[in-house]
Amino acid sequence: MQQFDLEAEGLRKLNQTLHALGNDTNQKTWEVINPRGSHAIAVGLDVPIEVTVRGSTGYYCGGMNKQATIIVDGSAGPGVAENMMSGKVIIEGDASQYAGATGRGGLLVIKGNAASRCGISMKGINIVVHGNIGHMSAFMAQKGNLVVLGDAGEALGDSLYEAQIFVRGSVKSLGADCIEKEMRPEHIEVLKTLLEDAGADAKPEEFRRYGSARNLYHFDIDHADSY
Amino acid sequence: MDDASKKAIPPTAPIKSATFTDPVNAEIRRAAATGIYDIRGGGAKRKVPHFDDLLFLGASISRYPLEGYREKCATNVTLGTRFASKPIEIDIPITIAGMSFGALSGPAKEALGRGATMAGTSTTTGDGGMTEEERGHSKILVYQYLPSRYGMNPNDLRRADAIEVVVGQGAKPGGGGMLLGQKISDRVAGMRDLPAGIDQRSACRHPDWTGPDDLEIKILELREITNWEKPIYVKIGGARPYFDTTLAVKAGADVVVIDGMQGGTAATQDVFIEHVGQPTLACIRPAVKALQDLDMHREVQLIVSGGIRTGADVAKALALGADAVSIGTAALIALGDNDPRWEEEYQRLGTTAGAYDDWHEGRDPAGITTQDPDLMSRLDPVAGGRRLRNYLKVMTLEAQTIARACGKSHVHNLEPEDLCALTIEASAMAGVPLAGTNWIPGQGSF
Amino acid sequence: MCGIVGLFLKDRSLEPRLGSLLADMLVKMSDRGPDSAGIAIYGEGKEGRSKITIQSSRPETDFPDLSKSLEQAGINVSMEIKDTHAVFSLPVAEEERFHTLLRADFAAMRVMSRGQHIEIYKEVGQPRDVAARFDLSGMGGTHGIGHTRMATESAVTTMGAHPFSTGADQCLVHNGSLSNHNSLRRKLRHQGMPFETDNDTEVAASYLSYRMMEGASLGEALESSLSDLDGFYTFVVGTRDGFGVLRDPIACKPAVMAETDRYVAFGSEYRALVNLPDIEMARVWEPEPATVYFWKH
Repeated sequence: MQQFDLEAEGLRKLNQTLHALGNDTNQKTWEVINPRGSHAIAVGLDVPIEVTVRGSTGYYCGGMNKQATIIVDGSAGPGVAENMMSGKVIIEGDASQYAGATGRGGLLVIKGNAASRCGISMKGINIVVHGNIGHMSAFMAQKGNLVVLGDAGEALGDSLYEAQIFVRGSVKSLGADCIEKEMRPEHIEVLKTLLEDAGADAKPEEFRRYGSARNLYHFDIDHADSY
Repeated sequence: MDDASKKAIPPTAPIKSATFTDPVNAEIRRAAATGIYDIRGGGAKRKVPHFDDLLFLGASISRYPLEGYREKCATNVTLGTRFASKPIEIDIPITIAGMSFGALSGPAKEALGRGATMAGTSTTTGDGGMTEEERGHSKILVYQYLPSRYGMNPNDLRRADAIEVVVGQGAKPGGGGMLLGQKISDRVAGMRDLPAGIDQRSACRHPDWTGPDDLEIKILELREITNWEKPIYVKIGGARPYFDTTLAVKAGADVVVIDGMQGGTAATQDVFIEHVGQPTLACIRPAVKALQDLDMHREVQLIVSGGIRTGADVAKALALGADAVSIGTAALIALGDNDPRWEEEYQRLGTTAGAYDDWHEGRDPAGITTQDPDLMSRLDPVAGGRRLRNYLKVMTLEAQTIARACGKSHVHNLEPEDLCALTIEASAMAGVPLAGTNWIPGQGSF
Repeated sequence: MCGIVGLFLKDRSLEPRLGSLLADMLVKMSDRGPDSAGIAIYGEGKEGRSKITIQSSRPETDFPDLSKSLEQAGINVSMEIKDTHAVFSLPVAEEERFHTLLRADFAAMRVMSRGQHIEIYKEVGQPRDVAARFDLSGMGGTHGIGHTRMATESAVTTMGAHPFSTGADQCLVHNGSLSNHNSLRRKLRHQGMPFETDNDTEVAASYLSYRMMEGASLGEALESSLSDLDGFYTFVVGTRDGFGVLRDPIACKPAVMAETDRYVAFGSEYRALVNLPDIEMARVWEPEPATVYFWKH
């Protein structure tokens, strides 16, 4: 295992070192110590390695990740795994706002709670939150799945496109054009796989599914209040 | 009164209201019938103080001109000298503004790339992400980082030559908007991760940052992902140019792009286009002042856009302190947009050549703002590219002609002091004296 | 647009270290606010005595002159000079006379704060330099609030720096940008509230003071600000015995809180908190939107 002391060696060197690794690297596992809330840790990776960050991170940890598995052994600041393409990002603690924003693929697992705007504008990423999520989560979410074992805050799924939301706990309120939908066997299947992949101890049957009412798909004056 | 005397009375002439004009009344009737605001493409059509209201003084006895064609007048510009390890070098001070694939057809994007490359300058992606057509045909390509993040991915970020963080645009500072479904073809929908054919609502703020303090961190992330190589532009609509330029610089921008209210758009509410934002002319001096106050003029480059049409416009923008200008609408016209040769078809769409702006409907007779395969085949990207190249060359020659006449061996040596204004409005906005006087109204603060 | 830090000590043994902990937090937020910085420090007050913090752009001459004038007027004060600021301690009964004299003969000097416990220090410049000028690290106290500013629209000046004092022993810092402050300032001015800057935060501070003058508690004033202030904000307010936090309903501007048995801390980013004692063991969370939080001794 390779160890990298972020405080001693600096962010530029960390990202440069990780970017320089090839797909066939034998330096497969990395540990970053002393993150101390720094921003942009392990961003833009495109290599099948595992990076464990020991401590809490600032903004945009694991941003635009491809292939890599990034584990934050602490809490993550705003925009963790933003625009992730593939791979996996796991947060052992809580995640701040915008977790998984605009993500296009891969799996984001948050073991604690996620703050507001979790999965905002998501475009294909799967997000599993073991705890609760804050307000305006999955705002304008286009594609992918957001799974929440706990409760959801206000305005869940506002202006939703085709992303699917599964919540086990309560939902404070649904946003414009977001409605509860029937849980069919194919959804149970999807959910079962996601829960397994995320190491979540929950039964798919306990969840409710929310999706787009598609009333905003074509402008209609009678829905103007939702704009 | 008998009939004869009645006939002798001159009738009252019908007078139409200057307030309730025909277009206003038509819009009221349209709104009443549909219940939706008018959405259209293009920029502000109303008359606002513009570069036409400025004149160059030229050289005579107190200053000496340069000989045209013989004495050098350079036009090259370097963008991104502040932090980027690979700044961009362009041969002319005119770049092609961001226009999306989706708003424009594939061949139109290709033509822009070809024309810009031949002229030695850059082109810019738009809301739809990066296409192979434009990457392949653009020697220098600026990749826009927008609130929607459609198609955003690290590979394209890295194969771009610069990154433009779009905070706003001149047609709609502070606005998101809605693109009606007609143009969301399967390919466009695929690139944007949206269902085909639906209305596309776009966000007005970025999904993962708000304000300059966050933007600074976002720029750090983008630099880390791209190895600190790419120049990072920040594009803002002409709202509060002094403050916005200052904050873009504080947040770490290499280049600031200011887009005035005449700047075009693929589709936005007409009320937004015509009623929000400041004229391009009014945006330049405050932005330059901000750079000067920070001691960053020429260190952070300023690109100005919104209604640039001629070499004279280019020279005037540079004289007011811009490092380069950017064109969108003008480039489309060079490709064939609103060409009278399609007049019959414009008539059938209820409009006329020069007025067509329903770009979002995808029925552009010129084949530029459309995704319809038949229509888009009307634009030959090779010929279109050549037309754009020619036009860019003409504008550059015009700007050089003016610069030489003012005795400048580089277009960047043009100064506000080389200008005078024809109107009080333009004088105040550009901060140059009214012609024949040494008076500049409104000096003192912005 | 800015960085905010705040530290409220529960464990009295940490009190001598308040300044040094807060200084570190403040400097960590330099990127968010490179233009100016300021701090409000709350300490044990002396019964019957007021503390007034004054700023001067000519401290070498102004402070001795002021001191002399006060002496001549028979006002019993002690003065402690810290760079461009001086803290005057005087009997509560003399406060009125002090202000009258200040307004009459030293109009160029500015009152940063007044009260029994509060001292406010703020200046233009990098947070690190500002902290060093005032020797923030050497200060002790019960709680404190700091701010680093990236000016958006109003001028970068000493008075434009935060915290803004909102009345005796009260202060406010802000991250965000208000969108209706001009109208509100006109309204408050009409009610007799004085303004020294064109800064949006000063309007928020003045608004809270005004509401409290009308009889609202700080909690009620914050509650009503949710409907009267438009725009984006995270506020941290300080009072004699505690501090409060409020985020606007949209809650875009960041806020992180940490609590242990020994302290409650606030930071715009987690980075600000990393050097606090036993931060790894702290409960760390983000305050909810449109919710008033308050901690009191």
